[in-house]
Amino acid sequence: MLAWTIYISFIGVLVLMLLPKGNAALARSVALVFALLGLGIGIAAFTQFKAGEILAVADTSWVPSLGIHYHLAADGISLTLVLLTGLAAVAGILFSWNIEHRAKEFFAFYLALIGGVYGVFLSFDLFLLFVFYEIAIVPKYFIIAIWGSTRREYGAMKLALYSFIGSAMVLVGLIAAYVVSGAHSFDVTELAKYPFPHNFQMWAFPLVFIGFAILAGMWPFHTWAPTGHVAAPTAASMLLAGVVMKLGAYGCLRVAMTLFPDGLAAWKNFFAILAIIGILYGAMVALVQKDFKFVIGYSSVSHMGFVLLGLMTLNAIGLSGAVLQMFSHGIIAGLLFAVVGRMVYDRTHTRDLDILQTMGLSKAMPFAAVTFVIASMASMGLPGFSGFAAEFQVIVGAWKAFPTLAVLTGVGILIGVAYTLRVMQKAFFGETDEKEAHAHEPMPPISPQEKLGAVLLIGVSLLIGLFPRILLDIIVPSFDSSLFDWLRRLS
Amino acid sequence: MNSLELLKHFLDLLKLAVPETVVVLTALFVLAADLVALRGLERRFRFIIGGMIACLGCVGGIVWMLISHTHENAFAGMLVVDPLTQLVKIALLALTIFTILLSMESDFTTHVGEYLALILLAAVGMMFLVSAEDILMIFISLELTSLSLYILAAFNKRDIKSAEASLKYFLFGGMSAAFTLFGLSFVYGLSGTTNLPEIAAALAGKGLDPLLVIAIVMVVIGFGFKVAAVPFHLWAPDAYQGAPTPSAAFIASGSKVASFFIFAKVMAVGFTGKEINGVYELAGSGAWHAYAPGWVPVVAILAALSMILGNLVAIVQTSVRRLIAYSAIAHAGYMLLAIVSHNEQSLASLIYYAVTYGLTSIGAFGVVAVVEQGTGGEKLSDFAGLSRRAPVVSFCMLIFMLSLAGIPPLAGFFGKFYVFSAAIKSGAPNLGLLWLVILAVAMSAVSLYYYLQVLKQIYVNDMDMSHGAGNSLNLTVLTQVILVLLAALVILFGCAPNLLIGWILAAIGSGPA
Repeated sequence: MLAWTIYISFIGVLVLMLLPKGNAALARSVALVFALLGLGIGIAAFTQFKAGEILAVADTSWVPSLGIHYHLAADGISLTLVLLTGLAAVAGILFSWNIEHRAKEFFAFYLALIGGVYGVFLSFDLFLLFVFYEIAIVPKYFIIAIWGSTRREYGAMKLALYSFIGSAMVLVGLIAAYVVSGAHSFDVTELAKYPFPHNFQMWAFPLVFIGFAILAGMWPFHTWAPTGHVAAPTAASMLLAGVVMKLGAYGCLRVAMTLFPDGLAAWKNFFAILAIIGILYGAMVALVQKDFKFVIGYSSVSHMGFVLLGLMTLNAIGLSGAVLQMFSHGIIAGLLFAVVGRMVYDRTHTRDLDILQTMGLSKAMPFAAVTFVIASMASMGLPGFSGFAAEFQVIVGAWKAFPTLAVLTGVGILIGVAYTLRVMQKAFFGETDEKEAHAHEPMPPISPQEKLGAVLLIGVSLLIGLFPRILLDIIVPSFDSSLFDWLRRLS
Repeated sequence: MNSLELLKHFLDLLKLAVPETVVVLTALFVLAADLVALRGLERRFRFIIGGMIACLGCVGGIVWMLISHTHENAFAGMLVVDPLTQLVKIALLALTIFTILLSMESDFTTHVGEYLALILLAAVGMMFLVSAEDILMIFISLELTSLSLYILAAFNKRDIKSAEASLKYFLFGGMSAAFTLFGLSFVYGLSGTTNLPEIAAALAGKGLDPLLVIAIVMVVIGFGFKVAAVPFHLWAPDAYQGAPTPSAAFIASGSKVASFFIFAKVMAVGFTGKEINGVYELAGSGAWHAYAPGWVPVVAILAALSMILGNLVAIVQTSVRRLIAYSAIAHAGYMLLAIVSHNEQSLASLIYYAVTYGLTSIGAFGVVAVVEQGTGGEKLSDFAGLSRRAPVVSFCMLIFMLSLAGIPPLAGFFGKFYVFSAAIKSGAPNLGLLWLVILAVAMSAVSLYYYLQVLKQIYVNDMDMSHGAGNSLNLTVLTQVILVLLAALVILFGCAPNLLIGWILAAIGSGPA
């Protein structure tokens, strides 16, 4: 049944392509229906999911001569990310309700991206995973280049090339692993059993890991992320930060770490240091940005650093923290971008913090201000929100694995509090110049769709923050499956 | 031998060569029909009627090959008919049909009959080329193909660029023919035979004779010209730019497929450097280190140069035809990679790649033709805003460009994947060809940039209103149907590669008679 998350998205693309031109309202509604269907399927699968199992979804031979299978399956990790994708997709559409320009194409590209993302999370055949991974690249380019803002063509091209170079590295590693194993299979469960030669793992692991980590925004390959986020239209930034960056982290876990544990053991300190640098660097750069959206963009780099650090801890608590952080950051970053891009920028047409400061936005749009305050609290990792549950676990895991680095992580969180408070204060609670404030035209009120989207995302973040077990109960048992034999061996 | 026996021999031969004969007869029939009956009609109708006849002939050839399963090797390799050559010939005829269908809408010539007949004759040359396993026959068919293509490139008599394209193509092609012939004469001198497997047997175990080196280098140069590999590529951009669109499409598709097939055959069968059991072991067990004196490094360098230069130069092109030409050079590099890897998978991957590439580039040229007719140019800027004027054609171009860039689930991606995995396999276990594959993958990442430039014009940029012209794109139903069909094939072969690969592997596996 889960496979229908993928199919329903691509059916949505076809339906949108066949819609009459120029009817934006119809296109939006159709897209929303298909996104809701995808989310519904995800939730239905979630309720029936038994913790610890690997849910078989589909498995048929695709290219027999190469041993490629159309193999879809899901464990707790995949399912968590499928849920995230569904939520982000629905929220993204709610926050792009004001798209009028070539709306039908916009939502067609949007659903194609979503379909590719679902596919990546559900693929257990690595060839198939790669196919979906690349399917997700192209729509991103067009969404940003056509509907984006600041330096959109540059941002779009940079994003596309970074992604493609990353996937090229992955491709080389995958083919090499396939040939070296001689298993005549791309199935991750098959390949995970094969003990690759040590020398091979030593170069194959960093190749594939970096290939995926580029998309996860790992420092120093993160530079596509801020420019891409800033250039993208709201829904696309939400998806980029919310889901696409998770593709990279998921690939690191599911492919690079699963296939090449020896390489992982040798390289883990190196990548842990890169992750920490990412956390600190992202946070510090976010501290000095003048553009509202750049702040959120760099904060994403910082928060994704937690995911990568969690992966490198190689203990169950760190890993489950990383997966939970993927989910949590997907929701929170989506919310932050929604406030910046849709609620603020689409009404004020500026993202310059110095200008926003003079507008007194907390009075002009209280709903946006409240949403942003809540989102900021979640982002800073206040207890009660999902960010806390996730980052806390990552730090505990890191404390076990690299005690010194864990201290630096704490510093990263502190800087995170600083930039979040700074941007909150500047954007919403600046000194209002009364004359200045009235000089602006009255802004259109926050639409019901925006309110709905904001409530949805805040609600999910709170729910997971208060009851993290909802997700942890399916995430943690996943590490006991045969796919994670390497974890027990290494720890 | 009395005359009756002789006649029987000829009849047998004719039976083997039915598809070729059908196509030749069609060519003559088209010529005659155009001369006798169609002269008085409007050019459009002449093209449609003549084209229909030509397509029927090709379809006839395809049908014959589909129903007849012959394994025959006539006159010691002069004409080899087996499932593999049949398959490649079917692909060639299919590409010919698409070329003819695309040329039906064109208006560059009044010599309709001659144009169609030349396309068919070039196709016949390619078919014989594919079937040949004898260096004399290879050379003759190569010339038949080339001479027809030179004229096809020059067919737009009103355009000086077409003449330039043809002249360049002819001069380079003539040179390459001289090189090939020279090299082949050495091969004959060394081995005393013109038959490829016998050449291999005669050369086996001889080691690297300096004469053999010269022979191999000459042959590689000759074929290098044909497939437009760097540094023998200089004719390609001008020929692609100046030639009438259908001619350019045919040079880019059919000619590529046939040349690469015969290139692989000559290299892998003729210069295999080891004893061959049985007549036909193109897809032999090929342990990578056991064979191949000399030519593997040579071809590997050509492949690397083609990939680098083709992709990097394509970045700065402003003319879409030249962009496609340089991308074709890059793709020649990828296909050379398949020749270099030389193992049980590489021939299948080469055929898959060449055929799907042929389909894609015909499609791309088809879109270029549409834009040229609408705006009068084929610069990148002429494509601006196409998606709003012609959404269907634009979507087809999206498919073609992404397939060329190697984005799944399109045929171009699977072709690349198949070639790369063949190449890595051939170096296993110590991954000898890995450097070349890494280069190829890196370069295909570069290529995404310029393919996206085309798509950016089509989808992102708005139409340049100052041009004024081009508000009415002359979009006929036929063109759209052909382009959609090609795009559908590219998607189909990408999503279900086994349709083609299973067929290719079955044909290769069926082996010698």
